[in-house]
Amino acid sequence: MSSSAAQNRIVRVASGQGFWGDWLDAPRRQVEGGPVDYLMLDYLAEVTMSILQKQKERDPSMGYARDFIGAMESVLPAVVERGVRVVANAGGVNPIACAQAVLEMARQRGAAGKLQIGVVTGDDLLPRLDELIAGGHPLANMDTGEPLDAVRDRVLSANAYIGSVPIVEALARGANVVVTGRSTDTALTMAPLRHEFGWAADDWDRLAAGIIAGHIIECGAQCSGGNCLYDWRNIPDLANVGYPIVEARADGSFVVTKHPGTGGRINVPSVTEQLVYEMGDPRSYITPDVVADFTSIRLAPDGEDRVRVFGIAGRPATDKLKVSIAYRAGYKAVGSLVYAWPDALEKATLADRVLRERLDVMGLRFDQLLTEFVGVSAAHGPLSVSTGEAPEVQWRIGVRSSDRKAVERFTREIAPLVLNGPPTVTGFAGGRPKVEEIVAYWPALVDKSVVRTKVEIVA
Amino acid sequence: MKVRLVDIAHARSGDKGDTANVGVIALRPEWFSVIADALTLERVAAHFAGVVEGGVERFELPNLNALNFLLHGALDGGGTLSLKTDAQGKVFSTAMLRMVLDVDDARARALGLPAAPS
Repeated sequence: MSSSAAQNRIVRVASGQGFWGDWLDAPRRQVEGGPVDYLMLDYLAEVTMSILQKQKERDPSMGYARDFIGAMESVLPAVVERGVRVVANAGGVNPIACAQAVLEMARQRGAAGKLQIGVVTGDDLLPRLDELIAGGHPLANMDTGEPLDAVRDRVLSANAYIGSVPIVEALARGANVVVTGRSTDTALTMAPLRHEFGWAADDWDRLAAGIIAGHIIECGAQCSGGNCLYDWRNIPDLANVGYPIVEARADGSFVVTKHPGTGGRINVPSVTEQLVYEMGDPRSYITPDVVADFTSIRLAPDGEDRVRVFGIAGRPATDKLKVSIAYRAGYKAVGSLVYAWPDALEKATLADRVLRERLDVMGLRFDQLLTEFVGVSAAHGPLSVSTGEAPEVQWRIGVRSSDRKAVERFTREIAPLVLNGPPTVTGFAGGRPKVEEIVAYWPALVDKSVVRTKVEIVA
Repeated sequence: MKVRLVDIAHARSGDKGDTANVGVIALRPEWFSVIADALTLERVAAHFAGVVEGGVERFELPNLNALNFLLHGALDGGGTLSLKTDAQGKVFSTAMLRMVLDVDDARARALGLPAAPS
């Protein structure tokens, strides 16, 4: 290929899943709606790993995002016949089992031998926690500074966020599907671009561009018209919303677009809203591969539902990796009832007072009780401005405690208020609130040198 | 002149632990300087008084005509610990847009800013 042809070559990475639980149809629509080279599927939120860890404890063959098997089934023809490659962090705490489940699905669909799955492991630090702490890695909470020892006996999962390097290796070794555990969301997009364009490990600007491409499409339709405040009334055909696609070039510039004939909208405001989503210090968006500078990003309209992104600068990566740790942190439950006009808020307020008095009399210990009045001030709290009497109010009360029995007793105290509390009350058909065990998030840093990733190809 | 922030900016918010982030984006490039001048650290902290328990941080992104605010201790513990309906700070965006700004009359006219309904 001539160098100008190489410069003009376009690689298309499509986003098909913004979180575990996102639209089941999106992956298939992305591979069938037009040309794409890679399908990127992001399944892991902060506490997802701990849920998966609990599933693996019950059944050692589980512990990954089950939705991924259905997604792979829906895109199998595109992968097998048209060479679309898939990169997903669906492996959770059991990437090998995830890959085996995909291979089994492929066998049943007559595609035995057609998949080369690159499995990335090494992010799971749970079996190594005591060794790490003893070796001088306190895994202190990034927000509070507390050492992990404080909650060590309650830890459920601990995973380092890993970057693009092992994914690039898997692609280079011929994998047409890559399954990782806790890789960063952005690496799932950047790694295919780095593989295709051969970006060097110190090509900071291009690596940063790949990360920002990843940030824009990692939440699926949230950059293509979904949850878009700008001109929301006029965003067309959300029922048929198109998920985003990055069309990238070797120089690190790219266009964000979607398949023709789909709904939603991609314009400078929709992309800007996604850029600022979950942003910290915009000059230092820290990833395992590079520190990206969001103040360098340039956006320009590039035709209908197309935004060009260019000018991105990056800096050398740090010598740390972030670690996502989950630990048991007590119990909670939330109950609610609905009060009707007239004087709905006054009745709801009285119900709240009555319940709190009963809980007091019983001497139950809670770390916290929180009351909200949905329809009045649940969304904006004291900033809410009343525009007249509410026709109805949902009274919503939550409790949190390390004492499970106290939370259980709370769940029995809501329904009685229907007959022995304030009048014109309804909305209790959902039954007693459920007691939930809280799995809390503990962000920490660890030296990069102690995390060793591994790539296996299974077929 | 009184100008409602909701008439000159859009926004999106999200979470990182117990911190909510709010990105505020000018609806027109020429209006960025208005929001950058008006949305000072002190003004935003005062707006969220009683909602935000920790400090506020402020960042500028002139390239995107945007500001980013970090509201620490805004989410009742955040994530799974929080009992709030909005445990992940998703609607802090429009809570920010409830602000009403005082803009010099001549400047407001020159920039074509819409006046708040009286």
